[in-house]
Amino acid sequence: MKNALSEIYLGLKSLFIGMRITIGEFFKPTVTVRYPHQTLEIPPRFRGHIELVRDSATGQPKCFVCKLCEKACPSDCITVEGVKPEGARRKTVTSYRLDFTKCSLCGSCVEACRDGAIRFSRDYNLAGLSREEFIMDLFQKLESESPKPKTITAPPVNTTAVSPTAPVAAPQPPRVEPTKQTPVVAGGSVEASPIPAAQKVEVK
Amino acid sequence: MMHATTDFIARFWPEPLRLVLFLVGIMSFVGFNAAYLVWVERKGAGRFQRRPGPTEAGFAGLLQPIADAIKLLSKQMIVPAGVDRSLFRIAPLLVMAPALAGLAVIPFSEQLAARNINVGLLMIFAFGSVNVMAIMLGGWASRNKYAIISAARVVSQNVAYEIPMLLVVITMILVSGTMNLNDLVKDQAGGFWHWNLFRVWINPLMPVTFLIFYTCMLAETNRAPFDMAEAESELVAGAYTEYSGMGFGVFFMAEYANILLGCSLGTVLFLGGWHSPLGFLPNLGPLWFLLKMYFLVFSVIWVRWTFPRTQFYGLLNLSWKILIPVSLVTLVLTSAMVKLL
Repeated sequence: MKNALSEIYLGLKSLFIGMRITIGEFFKPTVTVRYPHQTLEIPPRFRGHIELVRDSATGQPKCFVCKLCEKACPSDCITVEGVKPEGARRKTVTSYRLDFTKCSLCGSCVEACRDGAIRFSRDYNLAGLSREEFIMDLFQKLESESPKPKTITAPPVNTTAVSPTAPVAAPQPPRVEPTKQTPVVAGGSVEASPIPAAQKVEVK
Repeated sequence: MMHATTDFIARFWPEPLRLVLFLVGIMSFVGFNAAYLVWVERKGAGRFQRRPGPTEAGFAGLLQPIADAIKLLSKQMIVPAGVDRSLFRIAPLLVMAPALAGLAVIPFSEQLAARNINVGLLMIFAFGSVNVMAIMLGGWASRNKYAIISAARVVSQNVAYEIPMLLVVITMILVSGTMNLNDLVKDQAGGFWHWNLFRVWINPLMPVTFLIFYTCMLAETNRAPFDMAEAESELVAGAYTEYSGMGFGVFFMAEYANILLGCSLGTVLFLGGWHSPLGFLPNLGPLWFLLKMYFLVFSVIWVRWTFPRTQFYGLLNLSWKILIPVSLVTLVLTSAMVKLL
């Protein structure tokens, strides 16, 4: 009897303690981030899909198509293509196809990249109506982000950047001018495009 | 003003018109409350979990109940093949009707009661059992295993909780000597220490009696932590599994209507109805009643978002091992005290 009563009493007390705790929470401020209206800061090591990095000096992609990322990728989702324009020391990227449907964000490509030419993007708002929307061309993406490169007067900068021994008179055209390119998909048209660009630079 | 209006109505307007007015009044009161208690519940649930609750529809989500209602109204009410068609359709109405009928005898203020009858308390409980039967009918007519399990649970739960509830009510009748709700409230006139909740000189266990009443009220209205009838995690939606559209909506409204009725009854029986808690505070009539009632409603929501659902045998154990013995003790104690004093 005594045990039963004390059990009832303790049980009842615990109920009131529980209610006191919840009413305490009731008057505390809410912690919800109201997502479409507010967003949290993305943590610095967030892994979005990869993206190409611009060379801050030239405004062009740093990538020179060494294809190490392609080889490093365990699920074969990267296909890089590029051309070596006449007079240039390095290749320049013309198409960087990422099949994000297969990518597991392992980051092997970013680790493999010697030049820091690719990095994780901070793009988490990925939604699409078809599979094909996730097979993306990172090069075109980069181009569309800022259609006009910051520095058109690249040649002298380029030479210093690449190597002091490079002939100053022969500027490296390809870095400069993918501005007016029509969509770059096939290799052929890609090869065609840098040439007018090169011409432009030479005219200058 | 309320008094003046009701006086006016009582004096000059013919009886049928008065009835129609009260009918419309009670129905709109229940409808409005059912809609906006859902909002309060969702807001409250949000705050208890440190969320803001509904915010998008209207200011502070105030249009949310209307949006919900439009959604429910625009949905088809599917009657599945093989169900008992008539019972299936009648059940939601049978759940709603007792709550409406019960509110007819609740005195919102001294004047403001649709019917001031001598057996008001008895009437509420008589109709209250129809509510149980209606949920059972809905579950049984659905021809769905979950609904039938739920129906069985509802019946055993309500049989178990009706007993301590009625024992408590008998205690209150002993204290006040009447079943007329209006007289019950009048009996508690004066300061809050005259409320039945605090009348410890009549029965030292009065607060405990109130707790038993409150627990039973939660169980009778199938509210958490006693919502075994609608245990989402195990029984889909319990007795309401097969209901869609407004059939489900009416069940949902009936839940809140029953809470409203239960809390009104608690206010009348224990919290002094329309009386102000302290003599010097103005007598606001129905406002005091509503204030007390909504406090009880809030506490119901508070309880729901505090305690997890009990297990079924825990629920029956609570009733048979604790509530019934304790309420019997209070009954005996009260009758002895009433006899001696």
